[in-house]
Amino acid sequence: MKGGLEVDAEVRRGSFTLALRCSVPEGCTVALVGPNGSGKSTVVELLAGLVPASRGSITLAGRVLERAPGLRLPPQARGLGVVFQGLALFPSLTALDNVAYGLRSRGLGRAQARAQAQVWLGRFELGELADRRPEELSGGQAQRVALARAMIVRPPLLLLDEPLSSLDVEARGAARTLLRGWLAEAPGVKLLVTHDLEDARAIADRLLVLDRGKVVAEGPVEALLAAPPPFLAAMMR
Amino acid sequence: MLAALGGVALVFFALPLVGLVSRATPSGLWRQLGAPAVQAALWLSLEVSLVSLGLCLVLGMPLAFLLARVEFPGRALARGLVSLPMVLPPVVGGIALLSAFGRKGLLGGWLAEVGVVLPFTTAGAVVAVTFVSMPFLVMTIEAALASVDPRLEQAAATLGASRWRILQTVTLPAIRPALAAGLALCWARGLGEFGATITFAGNLEGRTQTMPLAVYDALQTDPEAAVTLGLVLLAVSLTLLMALRGRISRR
Repeated sequence: MKGGLEVDAEVRRGSFTLALRCSVPEGCTVALVGPNGSGKSTVVELLAGLVPASRGSITLAGRVLERAPGLRLPPQARGLGVVFQGLALFPSLTALDNVAYGLRSRGLGRAQARAQAQVWLGRFELGELADRRPEELSGGQAQRVALARAMIVRPPLLLLDEPLSSLDVEARGAARTLLRGWLAEAPGVKLLVTHDLEDARAIADRLLVLDRGKVVAEGPVEALLAAPPPFLAAMMR
Repeated sequence: MLAALGGVALVFFALPLVGLVSRATPSGLWRQLGAPAVQAALWLSLEVSLVSLGLCLVLGMPLAFLLARVEFPGRALARGLVSLPMVLPPVVGGIALLSAFGRKGLLGGWLAEVGVVLPFTTAGAVVAVTFVSMPFLVMTIEAALASVDPRLEQAAATLGASRWRILQTVTLPAIRPALAAGLALCWARGLGEFGATITFAGNLEGRTQTMPLAVYDALQTDPEAAVTLGLVLLAVSLTLLMALRGRISRR
């Protein structure tokens, strides 16, 4: 499991405690599901380095990202790709410069970064929208810009927090299929946070079920959904 | 109802201005503009208020970041201190400045030793104006910083951006309109500053006599000239304010 993600860590936030234990193999897409308040977003923040672990460690592709207490790489040094809930596109930058942002931060020259960003926009069928600002994009277009911005740095771990939530029901089905295709091609570990089991079924290989801050089930998507434990069955209703 | 009350307020603001304009004559305006004392006051006003604006920016921005983003003991007290010059009568502010930086003030002796004399100098006028106007910039920027979506800065961090790069590419663009408004408010307050300046820096023609002080002087001897000077101050303020706001809020 050298290339994968190994997590055994705790986060405390007031009275809420997240205890995350999981290991995800390289190349795998895992869906993190659970009811509201189960701690899904805290998982994203923990892995991205935005909240500290109070105990435990995170290892990605053989590299220790965090070992509490003491060692904690800042978000900048983790090299992850994150698609935040609500996307968090930079409103003052064009779609092109949003996508080029990670490369520019890594010291690549403006022209080179933009050229690569243009390629990625093309890959997501956004080639003609390079000069648009986020406010001038539709929900689906903005979602793809956010995805391109996260994927362009070829992260060893791609975190997607409810990436389809900005889409209406009709666009959602098609977006799922596209997302599955893009994620299948991406190297590294992909973690998809969703409250929608249909997203998980369509996109992910494995399922990680979170409830009140704890992992209560883990396994291949089809197997878990075919014979769901009670809490998962409750979610499916 | 809304229109009636709003209209009353508008008239309330407009009427004194109309009154001021109605009492001035074009020839009087021209004659006053040519007077050396008036020109000196006008240039000094611009110089003092702009140098002070620069000081407010260089010192006030970091203070606003500190107040908005850094948890430290006594932060509430620091916030109170920053807003103090807004509620203090400016004359009292001037006295307070004298007791800190005056010859016999807390730091005055030490400052004099290193050759810095502030009371009754142009530098002192800058200090007085900065004291009363910086709160407008700090409080505007602080409020704007508090409302910047933290997700944007976090997204930039995960993409590898240094703190400096996050500031340049995410934070500053987000607070740009507030920065424009804050600078305009700060500068406008500084240009009209009277009480703290006359108390701390005095009323010396060519050195500390800014436009508001010249208006005050003129009022004692030549009320008509005071009206004209007031109009000049008004016109200059309006022009610069509109230029500043237009420039900064446009990208």
